[in-house]
Amino acid sequence: MRNYANVIVAYSIMAVLILLVGIFQSWSIALTILNFCLISAVMTIGANIQWGYAGLINFGIMGYTALGGLAVVLVSVDPVKEAWKVGGLNLILCLWVIILMIFSIRFVLKHFGKHKFKNYGIAAIIVTGIILIRVTAAPGIEAIESVDPAKTGFLGGMGLPVLFSWIVGAFFAAGLAFIVGKIALGLRADYLAIATLLIAEIVVSIIKHEEWLARGVKNVIGLKRPAPYEIDLQTSPWFINLVEKINSGTLSAISSISEKQEVLKQMVINASSIYVKLCFTGLFLTVVIILLILTQKALYSPWGRKMRAIRDNEEAASAMGKNIVKEHLLIFILGSAIVGLAGAMMVTNDGLFTPGSYSPMRYTFVIWVMVIVGGTGNNFGAILGGFVVWFLWVEAAPIALFLINLFTTHLPETNAVKAHLIESAPYFRFLIIGIALLVIMRYRPQGIIPEKIIKQ
Amino acid sequence: MDFLNAIIVLLNFTIIPALTYGSQLALGAIFVTLIYAVLRFANFATGDMMSFGTMFAVLLTYYLQSKGVSFGILPTALLTIPFAIFMMIFYMLLIDKFVFSYYRIKKSPPVQFAMVSVGVMFVTQAIIRIIIGPTDRRFLDGEKFILKATEFKEMTGLSEGITLKSTQAITIVITLIVVSIMFWFLNKTKTGTSMRAYSDNEDLALLSGIDPKRVVMITWVIAGILATIGGILYGLDKSYRPFVYFNNMLPIFAAAIVGGIGNPFGAFLGGYVIAFAEIFLTYAYKKFITYLVPETLAPDSLLQLLSTDYKFAVSFSILVIVLLIRPSGIFKGKTL
Repeated sequence: MRNYANVIVAYSIMAVLILLVGIFQSWSIALTILNFCLISAVMTIGANIQWGYAGLINFGIMGYTALGGLAVVLVSVDPVKEAWKVGGLNLILCLWVIILMIFSIRFVLKHFGKHKFKNYGIAAIIVTGIILIRVTAAPGIEAIESVDPAKTGFLGGMGLPVLFSWIVGAFFAAGLAFIVGKIALGLRADYLAIATLLIAEIVVSIIKHEEWLARGVKNVIGLKRPAPYEIDLQTSPWFINLVEKINSGTLSAISSISEKQEVLKQMVINASSIYVKLCFTGLFLTVVIILLILTQKALYSPWGRKMRAIRDNEEAASAMGKNIVKEHLLIFILGSAIVGLAGAMMVTNDGLFTPGSYSPMRYTFVIWVMVIVGGTGNNFGAILGGFVVWFLWVEAAPIALFLINLFTTHLPETNAVKAHLIESAPYFRFLIIGIALLVIMRYRPQGIIPEKIIKQ
Repeated sequence: MDFLNAIIVLLNFTIIPALTYGSQLALGAIFVTLIYAVLRFANFATGDMMSFGTMFAVLLTYYLQSKGVSFGILPTALLTIPFAIFMMIFYMLLIDKFVFSYYRIKKSPPVQFAMVSVGVMFVTQAIIRIIIGPTDRRFLDGEKFILKATEFKEMTGLSEGITLKSTQAITIVITLIVVSIMFWFLNKTKTGTSMRAYSDNEDLALLSGIDPKRVVMITWVIAGILATIGGILYGLDKSYRPFVYFNNMLPIFAAAIVGGIGNPFGAFLGGYVIAFAEIFLTYAYKKFITYLVPETLAPDSLLQLLSTDYKFAVSFSILVIVLLIRPSGIFKGKTL
């Protein structure tokens, strides 16, 4: 139990912080922060598997997140039959062209692997393939995008339950990770970082600009939810009764009936939004706990020990007969799949898919700060990092505003410096995150909760 | 005549913009590559450091404009370069002293350096946004065009014209001057040689009496000069916006790696490779082809290989291809 003392203390402090937000700001904000903390925690678990277990650096987080989000659209949105009618055939043809391309490249690699002109052959296949795709797809895409462009203009999804899409999102991300891993895993660490960052940028730009797929920057709104809608709750009698029962003390103090009705109505509206957020919290918490159990088991299994051995000394592990390339690929896929799952969760939580908001540069780095700050190689640490850094990211602006006001109380309101500082309060979040990262890297490079190796 | 027109179209819409953009990338790429060669890490704060230097140029330009100072037909911003470079080098040396030197002495792995540079990136971003704000700013003044399309048409009697913006000419000329001075410095002077020796083999360089602190300082100074000039030229040609500079880090990295990271000459050419690829692959060739083929064969479609939305994606795809086929870059860089 003593081993876990620092974990318990750290998590209690975090819980108190969120409770403080609930008391001083509002419970709705506190729950929103908590939900995003949980989503960040899933992402950091994914990144931690890659970085903490195996020492692989993956700056492509946003690419996998975006794919996870795409999965939600493709799975849960109802299919647009009209679009399928006008352009589906062309796109299916396209798919066949791509499959054909892959197989012919494999064929070339297998039979002419040693040949001088191998690369030229592959280049020729890719160029012809791209031209074929352009020719077959162009009319189809045009037709699809012109089907009611204000509302649909895309193929739509499969109309399946949204929770199913979380799994699909993980598989999408895993598929991308397989390709990226095959291409880039042989590179030295910092090259791998740059390569994954750039590949993520390619993925996001494809999702942004291929409007037939998921409307691109036009966004998909009104996605399905695994939780009830606020409007339904506000009209259902059981919910109103519940709110009435909980707040009976405050309500009984009000004498006039019409006023009582007004107050109750307002309470129901507030409660419904909190109830929906609580449903999401429950779902996300379940995911986090399941992942935590699985990753903890994996970390202390023979497999986890093998991964640590590979991380700490590749040559020695290789000499012991471990297949390093294969293990790296596997762990890269696993970690990315979890990030994809987090991406799907995020889109479900928002209820909308906005490819324009996936900025690989910025948010990827925030996730990485979470992993480093929390503790590399320790799942509890990674989750804590997700909580702490997201909390700082959201609450930095209010904190900065408070501090600016505190230090400039002697200045008049019209002072130019003060006004400028107050205006730029939101940007202090970068400063806080940056300094947190630098301080942790310097004075506690293992993170808040360091890796713990159980010796048997 | 039609053939000439076709060439002019290509020159005006692809080659001149690509040369300009390539010059801006090349300066950034040499910055990345120098840091990589001497200090041995991938600097993720590249874009923001460029933005930091440019910020001072923008502020001083505004100040000079308000005082009524101008540089004749040239942009006032050129006058501010020394000041911006000074501020930039000061900031870089400060960062090096308080952040990077600790890890250098400890001989930390490059990944740790990269993560530290992410921290520097965040701090730099914050400072920039707090000082100047995130909005788009233009600070170009003086003569805008050297050659206007209409003037060119009158001069030559062709139906297509060339527009040469003064910023384009300034960018290309300044880049060539700065880069030649840098190569002369690296190859011909004693300090430059000691820098290359340190980059090739640190231990041997130390044994032959090269002072590592001096090498590191000079690297930051050169890097600061390049980054500031690159940033100012980009800002003059387009506009100054912190987020755009941050994003420019990606094509700059691509240029440095494509050219062979750690190899300044490779980075210089890599900048142009990336710029030309981006512009050639996303340019609509309809007009060009229409001039070349007989009227009956004139194409209906735009003849665009990729839509301009994929401009960035092109450079990254080139990077992926280079990493796959020739991981050390086109011009042999450091070993991977």
